[in-house]
Amino acid sequence: MSALTARQTAATDAPARHPGINLGHAHREGEESREEMVFGFWVFMMSDMILFGLLFATYVTMLGGTAGGPGPKELFDMRGAFFETMLLLVSSFTFGMASLALKYRDDRRALVGWLLITLLLGLGFVAHELYDFHKMFEAGGVPSRSGFLSAFFSLVPLHGLHVSVACVWLIALLGQLAVHGLDAQTKNGLIRLAILWHFLDIVWIGIFSLVYLGGLA
Amino acid sequence: MNDSTHWLLGRLDASALPFWDALQHPTTKSVVNAVIASGAASLVIIGALVVVFGLTWLRRWGWLWREWLTSPDHKKIGIMFIALALVMLARAVIEAVFMRLQQALGLDGGFLTADHFGQLFTTHGTIMVFFMAMPFLTGIINYVMPLQIGTRDLSFPVMNQISLGLTAAGAALVMISLVLAPFSTGGWTGYPSFTERAANPGAGVDYWIWAVTLSTLSSTLSGINFAVTIYKRRAPGMRWMRLPLFTWTALCTAILMVFAMPPLTVATALLALDRYLDFHLFTADLGGNMMNYINLFWAFGHPEVYILILPAFGIFSEVFSTFAGKTLYGYTALVIATLAIAVLSFTVWLHHFFTMGQSAHINAIFGIATMLIGIPTGVKIYDWMLTLFRGRIRLSVPMIYASGFIMLFVLGGLTGIVLAVPSVDYQVHNTLFLVAHFHNMLIPGLLFGMLAGTNFWFPKAFGFRLEERWGRRAAYAWIVGFMLAFFPLYALGVLGMPRRTVAFFTPAYLPWTLTAMVGAVIILLAMTCLLVQLWVSVRDRHLNAVPIGDPWDGRSLEWAVSSPPPEYNFPVIPEIHGRDAFMLEKERGKAYQVPDEYPDIVLPANSAMGVIVAVTGTAIAFGLTWYQWWLVLLAAGITLAAVITRGFCRDTTRTLPGEEVRRTHLNWLAQVRATVPIDRSQEQSCANRGLPLPPVEGAIQ
Repeated sequence: MSALTARQTAATDAPARHPGINLGHAHREGEESREEMVFGFWVFMMSDMILFGLLFATYVTMLGGTAGGPGPKELFDMRGAFFETMLLLVSSFTFGMASLALKYRDDRRALVGWLLITLLLGLGFVAHELYDFHKMFEAGGVPSRSGFLSAFFSLVPLHGLHVSVACVWLIALLGQLAVHGLDAQTKNGLIRLAILWHFLDIVWIGIFSLVYLGGLA
Repeated sequence: MNDSTHWLLGRLDASALPFWDALQHPTTKSVVNAVIASGAASLVIIGALVVVFGLTWLRRWGWLWREWLTSPDHKKIGIMFIALALVMLARAVIEAVFMRLQQALGLDGGFLTADHFGQLFTTHGTIMVFFMAMPFLTGIINYVMPLQIGTRDLSFPVMNQISLGLTAAGAALVMISLVLAPFSTGGWTGYPSFTERAANPGAGVDYWIWAVTLSTLSSTLSGINFAVTIYKRRAPGMRWMRLPLFTWTALCTAILMVFAMPPLTVATALLALDRYLDFHLFTADLGGNMMNYINLFWAFGHPEVYILILPAFGIFSEVFSTFAGKTLYGYTALVIATLAIAVLSFTVWLHHFFTMGQSAHINAIFGIATMLIGIPTGVKIYDWMLTLFRGRIRLSVPMIYASGFIMLFVLGGLTGIVLAVPSVDYQVHNTLFLVAHFHNMLIPGLLFGMLAGTNFWFPKAFGFRLEERWGRRAAYAWIVGFMLAFFPLYALGVLGMPRRTVAFFTPAYLPWTLTAMVGAVIILLAMTCLLVQLWVSVRDRHLNAVPIGDPWDGRSLEWAVSSPPPEYNFPVIPEIHGRDAFMLEKERGKAYQVPDEYPDIVLPANSAMGVIVAVTGTAIAFGLTWYQWWLVLLAAGITLAAVITRGFCRDTTRTLPGEEVRRTHLNWLAQVRATVPIDRSQEQSCANRGLPLPPVEGAIQ
């Protein structure tokens, strides 16, 4: 019976192995809840992916609905979009470095350093995106002008909103790091935020190729 | 309104009161409508006051807070979901009776204004789908599924509280709209461009948007929670093909929730952008495309039908095998059929708008896909009938519902096949034939399933059986009332009567609308019987007590624990050796054993997150509806602060000492040994304390 109580759930029958980076043997504490939480977060990501997928589909069907207003050629600034892409891709790399530091490094300095760089890149992305929107507004590209612009402004800012929320979460996690140190719950938070961060990177690649490049094609 | 109160109240003013219009323009009709609307509004207010004063009088606020509102226990959250569903059911049934009354008197006018009638069918549909059916099935899954798979709680107990909070907020909004009117008149589907600001500038559609949005968020979170729990928390040995069929249907419903709720969130959010920020996604001008809304809505709407029906299928599977005293026939086929229905549900959404302009080829493809769903459903019907075949059937209340279901549901399915033929659909589209069809699926399917489940699992949750006589009366009244209320609508549909009509001018409709009215009255009677049943059962709870916990000679794990179960469900997590896990234990004489040791149990600690989300969710939605921006910002700020603060919490669990668990369990086991077991002929008598005679190989009780 004691063998039975030792493995209370089916989850722990097999070694924890969720998709993405696993923290491994050095991080035993909280492993059971981590497996469940990270799996749950992946399921949430799938649900969120549907949200973006439907908005992509809406955008594609609305491409022609410019109603005589400005279209992609008049409004899209590829240099700005490319710069944002670079910011986000580099931030994904730096978050990757943070995850490795979390897994392999004993001291927190490397981890916090990478996280801070990631946060700056994320905030830079949001700021530049807002500047881009501002320029579009000045050129008459406001959502109330046409169906096309409405579709653009329901998809791209939603991604920006996600990045902003991820930044807030990152700040909150840095706070948890300061207050509670690197305990099991903070680690769980960091692992999940990493998944969200890379997910938003992938969505942005979709936006860059489908919204910007596809819009201009 | 002057500027000084505008920032505070937004666009809310005296004209929102349900009797305002009648005061301004008193005609007979407007006064009658005002009396009805004000009566409903005062019922809401009186109900709320009675609850508040009652709790204060009985000094139960602390108890309510500690034992219920902040409890992370899946069983209590499940019960609260179901209680919410029953309250909303009562309101929506009363609305249905008013609609039937209007159409019974509707030749050349009737007594309701078109606007009032529009609000009635919109709230009726919205409530029945989002605030009756969804919380009801979510509540039953919440209660039963963790017990069936042998775990102590859902994977994310606090998220479960938040799900309840979001649904409660949506329901509260619909209730508030009775007092500060109006609600939307756009139907539960809310098609633009009717629901756009150009056609409908008032607060009604906004109420609808935010109530539905809250509900979709709640269901998405519930879906994630259920799916992860079933994937990760099964007891050792509970392999996939050993899961009780109800858990299988819960899993498929959860997966559908994860994937099918986002489309509706997108649809309502985009409609809100159109209405609030002057976007042109679904408008009739400037490049908007309302067909996008309709596709998005039904990309949710069709899987939603199966979200509603699959848990009921699961409940009926448990009921048939338990009350026939047999193992479920064709378990594997039933699992495959459930999965097939879940997959096919995403491939048929277009049949909701055959008439909206796509080519005949596309219609044909979706028509065929629709008919395909009949195959796995047919497999299920045959499996259930073969489960009953040569069983020792006890015609208990759940079985009455199940028998009514199996006959009426097949009939409804056949009219579905009729509607799936696009050329026929062109004839009866948007008529009462369609209304009859989907009520024919959802009342015998979903609602009978939920009521059967309530009668089936009530003794598990509360420790005493529901009274049988009033239960039978309610069940038969539901069956007869349903047939009288909805079969005439098939005829009316074929005669060409459009749905959602406030008045008609064809005398040939009258006999049918009058018959349907009689049916509605019988359904009202059925609701009364349900109330009386509850009252009588609570009164006689000591006579009907089943503390041992197995009143029906059950087959799955939830019957292996006491009634009501301890908050940790299982003193020791059981090891599973086969399908029908508890029946297997009973057959091997291994039920009710003393474990070797009682380890400490870690449980989630109480949390106020659910309550906070319920309150702030209501406030945000109310503020958005009436343009009270300060309220929106304040409530959103509180929500964000609460979520961040929660992240900093570390004392999120509490530990129950094994010694206490041992004492409770041994007490219960002593009670088991002292109880006289009964055979099935005494199931409905006071002798039933929840301990069945052990099954003997080949013996018939």
